[in-house]
Amino acid sequence: MAGGRLGLAARHTSPPVEARKRADGVKRKMRSVRTWGPGLLLVSPSILLIGFFVYGLIGWSANISTTNQNSRFERAPGTSPDAHIGLGNYTALFTDPAFIQSLKHLGILAAVYIAGALFFGMLWALLLEKGVRAEGLFRTVYLFPMAVSMFASGVVWNWLLNSDTGKSASGLNQLFDMVGLGFLKSHWWVASPTWGIAAIAMPAIWQLSGYIMALFLAGFRGIPAELREAARIDGASEYQLYRHVLFPQLSPIALSALIILGHMSLKMFDIIMAISGEKNVYTNVPMVTMWTLTGQQDFARAAAVAMILLVLVALLVVPYLVYNARQEKNS
Amino acid sequence: MSRVRRKAAAVFAVAAVLAVSACSSNTPTTTSTNSGAATKNVQVFTWWAAGGEKAGLDGMISVFKKDCSQYTFVNAAVAGGGGDKAKTLLANNLKAGNAPSSFQAHAGGELSDYIANGQVEDITSLFKAAGLDSAFPKTLVDQITVAGKIYSVPADIHRANMVWVNPVVLKKANIDPKKAPATVKDWIADLAKLKAAGVATPLVLSKGFAEEMLLESTLLGDLGVEKFNGLYDGSTKWDGADVTAALGDFKALVSYSNTDRETMDWDAAMSKYLMPTDVATATGGYQLMGDWVPAQLLSLKVPDSAYTYWPAPGTDGVYQWLSDSFTLPKGGTNAAGAQCWLKVVGSADGQKAFNLVKGSIPARSDATSAGYPAYQQWAMTQWKSSKLAPSLAHGSAGPGAWNNDVQTAMSAFSANPDVASLQKTLAAAAAKYSNWRSTLG
Repeated sequence: MAGGRLGLAARHTSPPVEARKRADGVKRKMRSVRTWGPGLLLVSPSILLIGFFVYGLIGWSANISTTNQNSRFERAPGTSPDAHIGLGNYTALFTDPAFIQSLKHLGILAAVYIAGALFFGMLWALLLEKGVRAEGLFRTVYLFPMAVSMFASGVVWNWLLNSDTGKSASGLNQLFDMVGLGFLKSHWWVASPTWGIAAIAMPAIWQLSGYIMALFLAGFRGIPAELREAARIDGASEYQLYRHVLFPQLSPIALSALIILGHMSLKMFDIIMAISGEKNVYTNVPMVTMWTLTGQQDFARAAAVAMILLVLVALLVVPYLVYNARQEKNS
Repeated sequence: MSRVRRKAAAVFAVAAVLAVSACSSNTPTTTSTNSGAATKNVQVFTWWAAGGEKAGLDGMISVFKKDCSQYTFVNAAVAGGGGDKAKTLLANNLKAGNAPSSFQAHAGGELSDYIANGQVEDITSLFKAAGLDSAFPKTLVDQITVAGKIYSVPADIHRANMVWVNPVVLKKANIDPKKAPATVKDWIADLAKLKAAGVATPLVLSKGFAEEMLLESTLLGDLGVEKFNGLYDGSTKWDGADVTAALGDFKALVSYSNTDRETMDWDAAMSKYLMPTDVATATGGYQLMGDWVPAQLLSLKVPDSAYTYWPAPGTDGVYQWLSDSFTLPKGGTNAAGAQCWLKVVGSADGQKAFNLVKGSIPARSDATSAGYPAYQQWAMTQWKSSKLAPSLAHGSAGPGAWNNDVQTAMSAFSANPDVASLQKTLAAAAAKYSNWRSTLG
């Protein structure tokens, strides 16, 4: 439309006018470059950085995971390390009982960790939301563990989770003995090669619950006071107020919390290395396997573990991103 | 206003691009040191970052400064228990073509990982030129020779098959702390006596390599040195009846140990049970551990009169050795400087400066024991008179992957002490790895 009108105008106007119009067009283009140009310039470093360091390296790892760059004991004799062997490393992992066990561990760890952190985060947020004296103090106390490095707290939890339940018990078991709760004593993570991993979730819950509390607390504070007033005027009980008015408003926050906790649990490494270390049957998870394999110069299989973890994280995060994008479009 | 913002954006973008290019050029600058002042630097990678180990390294560095004054020593030590973290970092660096001038590695089987990947140079000629083939005991030279070639210079010798004893605790069952039980079975009988006398933790045990060391000492004590050495070259079968019997003894030994063995390292276990600050409260009788124990106890101000030691039962006259050695990596920086470093490592002066403070002994058989602490003097006479056996837990007997598999099997055994399934796992690991020498051909 616009082009047609321009063309029509051009036929009837003298050359200088035409030139001016053309100059106008260039100017307009320039202006539009000026509007998106600086923006693009501003984000281009991060596009380049993320393009190379994230997506480029994902591609690189994916490529390595299909090669023969294993330790010499895993490689068929006489084959080149750079030869591509398709999904051979993946089949080897999925037929290895130790790796299957580590996936089970990961599932148990994630479930206990997510449920625990959500529960305590929500509980503390509720308590603070109901109004306590010195809220600032409690908020800090609950949030504080997050400020400690996972590895540093892991070293301390290694002492706390000592599995000795006898006379020379130390750590939590000793504490239980001292306060007369001896029946709570446990072998913690060495209690069972299958379920012991759940004990590792404990320090992680301790560390992250404060953060989840902060999320929920912000959510509670974001709900307009009129809604509560309206519900109270309509005769809603305190339970009904939370159940039908406040909690539904928190569901987007609960979802975010779930995603954050979920992907953190899949990538949990430092706290496990500090508490129980590698090369054991109790707390072996894929992240730890990846570390051990790298140390053995088993790069292809380590890369395969990395790709499996990436897929697991993507299964969690991608639906969330899609959901988010849809929400934004709707609003 | 908008022009200012645009300028700022442009400046930011340029800065970011520069940052990217700086990042990407980072790797080449550290590897290409063929020009200028950089050739003077000799970068040595170790996991000796603290304590007696660091002091020993510093001693060797001072000899290097004197003997190789044309070069500058660059200490690339990485902290972390037993080198696990350093080894993973090193694997990545070597893979990325970013090799140091020289790096620390356990002599023997563990080195084969680097040999197989073509990451270390054959230094046989340097070894012979420096006269090291005659300075070191012949059996040691044989055990570190792979397909006729030598790839590293041993800096020290440690002994793995040692038991450390608390005499105060043994007194409770009237056991002579100075006299080692003759066999593993006798030791188990003594452990039972201690248990009966009310000692809570007759045997102090800790996770990972400590359990593996106890396993190896038991096998060595029960099978004898020839058969034991055969376990690592395929000539002794891991599924044989004699191994089954030894694993039965191992099970008995573990049953006398602390239940929190999986949650602590050897030094924490030693401080908790064997040698607590107040020795009168000690509840542990014996602990099997390598001979880095005296240096550790010295740093905790435990006098050497507070403990006794002997070779693990049944292994008297056998030196289960492990050795830290230095290599010449392929494509490493400054090969000439690295060779000067390797000569210092093998020299009598270098070995003395290092071992005197580290608590180990020189690998050279011409070393004199004068000036060394009591344990080391005794160890040096033992080193000269004993038969040699390698250690899987400390990298002299086999490749790292084999060691990792056995350590994992140890934690499974600790959870469920089933001899049959342990033997099956050990046999499977041996089937996979015992041909490690022939994979280097």
